Amino acid sequence: MNSLSSSHETENLLELSLGPQHPSTHGVFRMNAVLDGENVVKLQPVFGYLHRNHEKIAENISYLASIPYTDRLDYFSSLSNNWAYTLTVEKLAAIEVPERAEYLRVILAELTRLQNHTAFLGFLLGDMGAWGSALMYAFRQRDEVMDLFESLTGARMMCNYMRFGGCRCDLPTGWLEQARKVVAEYPAFLDEMEQFLVTNEILISRTQGIGILTAEQAINGGLTGPILRASGVAYDIRKIDHYGIYDRFNFRIPTGEHGDTYDRFMLRLLEMRESLKILQVALKDLPSGPIMNPKAKLRNLRPPIGEAYARVEAPKGELGFFLISDKGPNPYRYRVRPPSLINLTLLEEMSLGLKIADVMVILGSIDIVLGEVDR
Amino acid sequence: MLSLTHIQELILQAFPAAKVSLIKNPSPAAQDSLLLDATHALAISKLLHDHPDLRLDYCSNVTGVDWLDKTLKEKTTVTELVEGVPTQVEKEVSVVIPGYLEAVYHLYSMTLKHGPLIIRLRTTNRTDAVELPSLTPVWKSADFQEREIYDLFGIRFRGHPDLRRLLMWDEFEGHPMRKDYIPPDDELLPNDMEKGTKTS
Repeated sequence: MNSLSSSHETENLLELSLGPQHPSTHGVFRMNAVLDGENVVKLQPVFGYLHRNHEKIAENISYLASIPYTDRLDYFSSLSNNWAYTLTVEKLAAIEVPERAEYLRVILAELTRLQNHTAFLGFLLGDMGAWGSALMYAFRQRDEVMDLFESLTGARMMCNYMRFGGCRCDLPTGWLEQARKVVAEYPAFLDEMEQFLVTNEILISRTQGIGILTAEQAINGGLTGPILRASGVAYDIRKIDHYGIYDRFNFRIPTGEHGDTYDRFMLRLLEMRESLKILQVALKDLPSGPIMNPKAKLRNLRPPIGEAYARVEAPKGELGFFLISDKGPNPYRYRVRPPSLINLTLLEEMSLGLKIADVMVILGSIDIVLGEVDR
Repeated sequence: MLSLTHIQELILQAFPAAKVSLIKNPSPAAQDSLLLDATHALAISKLLHDHPDLRLDYCSNVTGVDWLDKTLKEKTTVTELVEGVPTQVEKEVSVVIPGYLEAVYHLYSMTLKHGPLIIRLRTTNRTDAVELPSLTPVWKSADFQEREIYDLFGIRFRGHPDLRRLLMWDEFEGHPMRKDYIPPDDELLPNDMEKGTKTS
């Protein structure tokens, strides 16, 4: 009888392949789930559907030519990607950046964080079944920031704006006023979203106590960004590395208490408020002056032999670049440390024992972009 | 953080048989690293993770590097018999330095907020002895990244819980990130591939 019942149990398990084409997988991402009824027993992510070997491409082109390719990693935050890459090359070749360019970088990186987190809210609600309206509210607001990007860089998403030693072009007339207006109006949108969502009964029941991660788990799993901070670890690379000019701004690092999906959601709301604080100061203090280091060499750059690793706090976590130069025109080794991929390391641990519908919400709360996961 | 030579001493105190050498980085970034020997790497990583002055609890970045065979040409003088008379002749001798695959780990401490400590592991060669110990048992974050290195560079990580290809499909042969990898010809159409001819 014993053997019969155990075989009966295994017969009841269902193997389900979620994706790669599935509205809630945020792109071409696949999960092989083993289900017992509705509960997840095993979950294996499958990668590679968007793999184009970005690193190999970059090793065969010049340092400058890689900048537009970095836009296509996390295509929601191309300006953060630009910054991480240029920061690494600047470290590798010892290039100084003028002050105005540093301010512009902070402004653009924080605007990127704002619009990324805004879009995240919409997508997360979409994953919970609030299909459409939440996403439209979020995208309406995100478009204000995209308009700023477009008028400055010429592109809404593939900005290709930063260069080693500065930025590509200066602000067009009226940009600063428009940016100040967007920043001043943003809190109203956040208030509205909070009013709709924070105490919403459905959102609370779908997210509280779901996908709990302890601080130890999150650190050992290499999770970074809002997910890590939601587990109560106050680790923000802007505060640790003081890259750029972040030490001049006064902002807090919000942290969560429970490490569940609700904390991860709330944390983004709080982070946007901190970004707005930085933006207000940066837009006020923006100095005049050059935006490019005149000594910086863009074409035919050959950094001295050696290697460099630099990282930034991208909206999704630690985005790092590792470059090895052999004094040639192309990098000998070009490596992207993708936060989206590494944040998925603990997806199975978070999902085990929960319902399959919760996995969608947990995946949504990690906030991945497949352009960066698969590279 | 403690200086690299200090950390090197710490490791050698705990594991006198281990080989640890300091690799200088000549670039302005000046991020030097420690080269560990493969046999002791796992035990050393545990020490780095747990030591109260280091507490390197966060492994941020793991990556592979492919170093090809290097041929150095050296000029030496040899005594040779020229027409029966021993004379000094200058000869060019090429010395081959065998290539290797390298795994580079960037470690930080979230508790003590310092880093990075860069450690490197090297395989014996690029062909048959390409095994290294996996550090995933110490840092779970190395899981996907070591799988990626196995996939794209072909380093086999001993002790990895689930060593499969990460990005390429399971049936794929070869390791695309190796420097001597030759990509398939894109201009071949599926029909031509069967015939082995090229249309354009």
